[in-house]
Amino acid sequence: MTSATLQPPHVRVGPIAWLRVNLFSTWYNAILSLLIGALLAWVILQFSGWAVGAARWDVITRNMRLFLIGQFPGDQAWRIWLNLAVISGLAGLSGGSAGGAVRTLATSVAAAQLLFAGLIAVSGIGLLGSVAYLANAALVWVGLVGGMRRLVPQRVVTIGWLVSLPASFILVAGVGDTAIPSVSTNLWSGLLLTFLLATVGIVLSFPFGVVLALGRRSALPAVRWLSTAYIELIRGVPLVTILFMADIMLPLFLPGELRIDRVARAMGGITLFSAAYVAENVRGGLQAIPAGQVEAAHALGLNGFLTNRFIVLPQALRAVIPANVGLFISLLKDTTLVTIVGLLELLGIGRSVLAQSESLGAQMEVYVFVAALFFVMSFAMSQASYRLEASLGVGER
Amino acid sequence: MALQIEQPTTDEIIVCRDVHKWFGELHVLKGINLTVQAGEVVVIFGASGSGKSTFIRTINRLEEHQKGQIIVDGIELTHDVRNVVAVRSEIGMVFQSFNLFPHLTVLQNITLAPMRVRRWPREQAEEVAVALLERVGIPEQAHKFPAQLSGGQQQRVAIARALAMQPKIMLFDEPTSALDPEMISEVLDVMRELAGTGMTMLVVTHEMGFARAVANRMVFFDQGLIVEEGPPARIFEAPTEERTRQFLSQILH
Repeated sequence: MTSATLQPPHVRVGPIAWLRVNLFSTWYNAILSLLIGALLAWVILQFSGWAVGAARWDVITRNMRLFLIGQFPGDQAWRIWLNLAVISGLAGLSGGSAGGAVRTLATSVAAAQLLFAGLIAVSGIGLLGSVAYLANAALVWVGLVGGMRRLVPQRVVTIGWLVSLPASFILVAGVGDTAIPSVSTNLWSGLLLTFLLATVGIVLSFPFGVVLALGRRSALPAVRWLSTAYIELIRGVPLVTILFMADIMLPLFLPGELRIDRVARAMGGITLFSAAYVAENVRGGLQAIPAGQVEAAHALGLNGFLTNRFIVLPQALRAVIPANVGLFISLLKDTTLVTIVGLLELLGIGRSVLAQSESLGAQMEVYVFVAALFFVMSFAMSQASYRLEASLGVGER
Repeated sequence: MALQIEQPTTDEIIVCRDVHKWFGELHVLKGINLTVQAGEVVVIFGASGSGKSTFIRTINRLEEHQKGQIIVDGIELTHDVRNVVAVRSEIGMVFQSFNLFPHLTVLQNITLAPMRVRRWPREQAEEVAVALLERVGIPEQAHKFPAQLSGGQQQRVAIARALAMQPKIMLFDEPTSALDPEMISEVLDVMRELAGTGMTMLVVTHEMGFARAVANRMVFFDQGLIVEEGPPARIFEAPTEERTRQFLSQILH
């Protein structure tokens, strides 16, 4: 890094040259390009014609609150806002100080809130929500700047995240008859529920999956057999079955006075399901670590725990980022399955909106809207994962 | 039972008595007896598959011996994990394929074990690491990743990493076999300097020039047994065993 290095020569290709090389290199390529181009143009024209002209977007704007927080009581909505503000601030701070993937995620959080601000501005909810979203986006930006200038120590941000997860759960759930009265989980719905299910599922299933993967390679037979049995059992069963089991069977086995909340049961089901897949992904990464790495660590006097913590896991987990992000994206989309046990996440709310008499015939609008929201979330995750791979790729063989 | 301390006689730092090792049905070590004095440099040589690498790997228990006795600095290697840990922290090892940690910088590779095993504060560990990098001649590479270094530089980092734990014994398992010819001498120079400081060294190598110049004793392995041992001058000039003579004539043209 000390000696002067030259940038590689940069070859710029003009758009016309690019077209000639890539799309019109031969006569049959030219015909194919034209045909496909025409088809694409037709589809886009049809869709945008519908979206701008025929579509009745008032179904979305009228029900915006339902889509976002479902039946969560309106006078308690400030709790969600507070939550969002905390997440915005923390995301900004982390993104500012960490850069790379985290910054991409933080920027997507801000972008999504700007999008909602715009959506709400044209909807019937009123400008207050719009302003609140704008304020949140601004908060992300403030956090980014603060993070880049290192105004807040990294440790404080980390602790903030660790505290914020249970804290936001309590804030949403509420406590008895206090200033934040408890809100029955029956009322948790819409994007809020999707977020909660996906976040809890991802955050809890990841460490559980890593433990299972290590367990499956343990030297202790009992640990190894138990982990293997768990992984194979869960992978042999569809998620829908597990959700049904959690919703219907579990209460039958538990004593009557012990009742676990429905949403908590769904979260548990998703977490247990996802953990088995995380474990298999991570096991793939563990197997890719050369034996020499472990030998070198042992020779230096590192015990099994230290070897895993500092040598094996960092390399293995890095190798399986793409697989795990893919898994988490499908987990996000699989949260729609909780509809079958009567929970109304984003898609479920969409269906119930369609059941309103004034929404008759607006299937296209509702489903396009729901699909767009899922796409934005999934796309942000996959972009962040690309950035993560790129930033961790430093020094790879 | 805590550490089994045997009273060390004189300064015998490694004592191996009748060490046997099987890989499944394959009998790879067939009764090795070897005693190494503190400060001695022992070069182990022999054909591939003769058990020489397996043998030095039993000394820090990367391989478990199934019969016999290995005592390192008064501590016998047994199934007692505490004995193994105690022995490993006194032995540094350098591998044929370097085995640097690719996700850590050169500096982090060296400071990891002192910080996590010896519990040194970061400043102390880094100070020692920088001094060691100076000693092996690559202080300017501290913040690079292993993949950005040449093979010879990587192996020198590996030596520095092992030395950071301040071991009493260093094991070298064919340290130059994976190197391009022009890089072999830079690694051997470091090892020669290390031998000059009085470090106890067991070196598996085919570098006969190094052996002749540095070794106090040479040990010839064949088919899981020590066939012949002695000072380099005698081994090179007048080997008593036919197999030693044959092997030497094959590698010294």
